[in-house]
Amino acid sequence: MIVFLREASQGLLTFLERVGLFVRFSLRLLAILPSGLLRVRPIIEQVYNAGALSLVIIMTCGLFVGMVLGLQGYDLLTRFGSEEYLGTATALSLMRELGPVVTALLFAGRAGTALAAELGLMRATDQIAAMEIMAVDPMRRVVLPRFLGGVIAMPLLVAIFIVVGLFGAQLVGVQFFGVDAGSFWSQMRSAVELDDIREGLVKGTVFGVACSLIAVYEGYNATPTAEGVGRATTRTVVISAVVTLVLDYILTASML
Amino acid sequence: MRSTRTIDISTGLFVVLGFAAILFMVTQITNREFSLASDSYRLQAAFENVGGLKPGAPVSMGGVSIGRVESIQYDMGTFKAVATLRIDGRYNAIPNDSDASILTAGLLGGQYVGLSPGGSDQSFQDGDSVEFVQDAVVLENLISKYLFNSAAKTDAAATPAAPAAQE
Repeated sequence: MIVFLREASQGLLTFLERVGLFVRFSLRLLAILPSGLLRVRPIIEQVYNAGALSLVIIMTCGLFVGMVLGLQGYDLLTRFGSEEYLGTATALSLMRELGPVVTALLFAGRAGTALAAELGLMRATDQIAAMEIMAVDPMRRVVLPRFLGGVIAMPLLVAIFIVVGLFGAQLVGVQFFGVDAGSFWSQMRSAVELDDIREGLVKGTVFGVACSLIAVYEGYNATPTAEGVGRATTRTVVISAVVTLVLDYILTASML
Repeated sequence: MRSTRTIDISTGLFVVLGFAAILFMVTQITNREFSLASDSYRLQAAFENVGGLKPGAPVSMGGVSIGRVESIQYDMGTFKAVATLRIDGRYNAIPNDSDASILTAGLLGGQYVGLSPGGSDQSFQDGDSVEFVQDAVVLENLISKYLFNSAAKTDAAATPAAPAAQE
């Protein structure tokens, strides 16, 4: 019993320590943020890494998520004889929920792991220590552009995901099942407000900040061994997914 | 490491695609129209009750969308809800005794303004008001009227028994 309690309190302390370190890391990143924005070149490279390289997977998944929404939505809505609301249903669910959340999960899997592994490997091969010796701040030089690249790329990925998803839903609903194309788009148009789009993009940005921050933190503070790098990438995906879903609830509750 | 040019081009492509997607969502999917025809004209229609009509709702004639509801204000002088309709300039020969009614698209759909043509020789000009209007049918009013009627009937039938039930 006492052993159990001691272990539990140890675990709690480790957890709190991690949270504290994470907050310190975030604040440090925030402090050097303005100076980092001036260096455009590395940011562009990281937007390429996080965004342009994720484009194919985002578009493929967006298409299939949209097509599944089209199928499920059609099946459900025909029971009520209101399949002309397919456009509304898919557009709202994509914009408000599925777009940001699925993109964030894919982003954590595609770009987050790449970031964590890259930084972890830099740590393991002493590149970060070498920079410190050369009086180059690795936070400014390596971490900040990667973080900013992710933050810039995420909302754009979300937007692309949503639009591709809508065309996927349109493909299934209108082309396969013969829902009237006019009512599909016009019902969508009359139901979707600018606020729904804003909700999606705000969520996308917040998830982008969260996922990028977790990825660079885990990578930067990875144990400098092969095992440590592996663990850092795993933790990136797991923590990003959990944090994304928790934040999603909070954001949805605050924006409804 | 790929060449800088390739990175720039793919980043550019990605950013352009992203902004195109945002633009598509904002302009094509919301009911807001940024490209209102410049030669459109406005009509006023004063309703007793606009129901769930919202700015941006379509104005249609014979099922064809010919404009949008621009704004809805409550006029404290006449105690009526005044909807400003913005009609596309292509439809400039609508008889000026046409009537406007607030209709519902489908059973659950949004509300819109339907114009049906009158027989006048003169057509609406910019700033005219629509004289003949028909209010939105508020479902609750209909239901409460129906319930009130049937309740009155049952009340009348049940009145002698009611005091006995209370005791």
